[in-house]
Amino acid sequence: MKKLMLGNEAVARGAYEAGVLVATAYPGTPSTEVTEYIANYSDIKSQWSVNEKVALEVGIGSAIAGARTVVSMKHVGLNVAADPLMTVSYTGINAGLLIVVADDPSMHSSQNEQDTRYYGIFAKIPVLEPSNSQECKDYVKLGLEISEKYDTPVILRLGTRVSHSQSLVELKERNEVGLKSYDYNPSKYISAPINMRKRRVLVDERLLNLEKEAESISINEIEYNSKKIGIITSGVAYNYAKDVVLDASFLKLGMTYPLPTNKIAEFINSCDTVYVFEELEPITEQKIRSMGYNVIGKEVFPISGELSCEILRKVLLNEIKEVLPPFEGLPQRPPVLCPGCHHRGPFYILKKLKLHVAGDIGCYTLGGFAPLNAIDTTICMGASVGMAHGFEQARGIDFAKKSVAVIGDSTFWHSGVSGLIDIVYNKGHSTVIILDNSVTAMTGHQENPSTGKTLSGEDTPVIDFEALGKSIGIRRTRVVDAYDLMELEKVIKEETNAEEPSLIITKRPCILKKGIKFDFKTYVIDENNCNGCKLCLKIGCPAISFDGKIARINTALCVGCGLCKDVCKFSAIDIEVKQ
Amino acid sequence: MNIVIAAVGGQGAVLTSKILGTLAQNIGKDVKVSEVHGMSQRGGSVIAYVRFGDNVYSPVVEKGTADILLAFEMLEGARYIEYLKENGTLIVNTQRINPMPVITGEMMYPDDLDDKFKNLSINYIPVDALSIAKSAGTIKAVNVALIGVLAKNSSIEKDEWIKAIKDTVPEKFLELNLNAFEMGYRLK
Repeated sequence: MKKLMLGNEAVARGAYEAGVLVATAYPGTPSTEVTEYIANYSDIKSQWSVNEKVALEVGIGSAIAGARTVVSMKHVGLNVAADPLMTVSYTGINAGLLIVVADDPSMHSSQNEQDTRYYGIFAKIPVLEPSNSQECKDYVKLGLEISEKYDTPVILRLGTRVSHSQSLVELKERNEVGLKSYDYNPSKYISAPINMRKRRVLVDERLLNLEKEAESISINEIEYNSKKIGIITSGVAYNYAKDVVLDASFLKLGMTYPLPTNKIAEFINSCDTVYVFEELEPITEQKIRSMGYNVIGKEVFPISGELSCEILRKVLLNEIKEVLPPFEGLPQRPPVLCPGCHHRGPFYILKKLKLHVAGDIGCYTLGGFAPLNAIDTTICMGASVGMAHGFEQARGIDFAKKSVAVIGDSTFWHSGVSGLIDIVYNKGHSTVIILDNSVTAMTGHQENPSTGKTLSGEDTPVIDFEALGKSIGIRRTRVVDAYDLMELEKVIKEETNAEEPSLIITKRPCILKKGIKFDFKTYVIDENNCNGCKLCLKIGCPAISFDGKIARINTALCVGCGLCKDVCKFSAIDIEVKQ
Repeated sequence: MNIVIAAVGGQGAVLTSKILGTLAQNIGKDVKVSEVHGMSQRGGSVIAYVRFGDNVYSPVVEKGTADILLAFEMLEGARYIEYLKENGTLIVNTQRINPMPVITGEMMYPDDLDDKFKNLSINYIPVDALSIAKSAGTIKAVNVALIGVLAKNSSIEKDEWIKAIKDTVPEKFLELNLNAFEMGYRLK
């Protein structure tokens, strides 16, 4: 039976069919659905971890204990997990361990672009790259087999267009491989120098064996057509190439680290001109150049952003498709906080109070853009808390009194919590605001330690921010209704002025969270009272706009949070009375 | 067949691409569907691609090659017009959703889009899908109302479209969506 499947869904199916028993992840676009789909298979024990490092650590434990395991994350998540990654390469695994990492060329929803293949090289572990959903499924199985055969973790590198495109997949039954026996083997699994010096030698031997494997493995495939043009490619780039130049010859690399140097040499020697068409970094190209061959790569193809058919068409065929003339000067449509989003209130007040705001990663990063413009900095998950302390270390307590850190609930558990402990320990005075919407919203509403549910929907303890704050020595913790602007302003003023660290928790569930009922009415503009001052536009609600004279509320979008009513000084916003 | 869906995040572009993908599979075609989610879900501009035929490689439609541009909002139709091939079909919801630069008064919403579309060498089909969706029972069915219009303008059997919707839309919302489809289909 064939099914139209998202690449990520096919990875999950592959895990199921390959007899995987444990799956862990921290959600991150474009990788999130891998674990969401795995959670539908009750044969696999799956969980959200608080961050990618913990997810990998759980995964290493489970693989060493004998269960085939899949750990998933996005590219930036692998930075967080890099520490255990480097060492699990040395210890090896017991049952198969597959690390699924989704890169995001063009940064559709990421703070940077990274090429995960570098981590494969860095950690000396193999990297597989599927180009469609069928391959996603197949490579999961193959990856787990390689993992067990060579006693190594394996990286499955996805990209946005593989993770988030759907194509047809042939479904098979699950192969119950069961649990492997667990062997007490401290010289292998205790990463102390005396053991790891010996393991290091084994890692390099393993890599040599993997290089031989790369020569014969079926997923590194040569397809000869006309030998005038040869294209060495992998992942989604293979598809772009196939669409543009049907009659060229292809070396499609399913394993992109280590590379099959003999096969590459054979291919280059058979073709007149060889292009290396790879997304992001010139990793394959550089390896080929180091072998002494001249190929065409990043001097004609871009190093950043997604590749495309257009790019290849222009470079190879010198062709540009005729397109309809673009419409000039159209307004952009940047993403915005949803109508009714509870983050809007805190950001409105932070802007009003002219505070320096260390921001973090999540929906609420959007508070940094017009018209709210309420964030000074954003670096990575969890960084806001440490950075606020850094502001104080650099510029002193008076600056700390004009600064706050803002962080979401999931992001706080991810890695903000350690920054908060650092503030207390180092006698800082920062104010940290946890924007608690009781869900991991940006990635599509995943559970986390604030939500009271696990990935599989079971009840679990809600870990309490206030109690946590108190237990690590924060005496000032305040909980505020995020829609109550007056109270928010008062509390933020008090806490930033306090000469000790404080924790403010602004609470309201995400407006889009399933099962949440709001007692909201729809609001309209009282045309008699509106004098067109535009103050209500400053909250950046997509449902309010200005018609040239007065404000207008789009009732199709308004969810009735009433924030605009509290901002208006002329009582021009009122509940809609249905006729 | 290359279809590009242009929408505002939250309007149901992902479900639409899923319906079209299922349709293609049901009629025995190779098919690829691609969309980007994440930041773009939050009211931003979104684009999704559906390609089907005997053999489909790239999951992304190339500019100038779309047979159909299905736009859920006027401005988004204009933004992605380059994807449409000459004499391709633009089906566009005439609804207007102001983007943030318009809301803040930084830019004006272009009011000449209708005229501009009319002047292109394309098959231009404006549809008041919001009104259709409202009378079908939910403003969320704008996407399926547009699918109704698309179905009417395609050579694929109506029953196949209905089957694809049944295969894709959750039971709870099925009736509303089938109503919206039917109203879109019956539109002149």
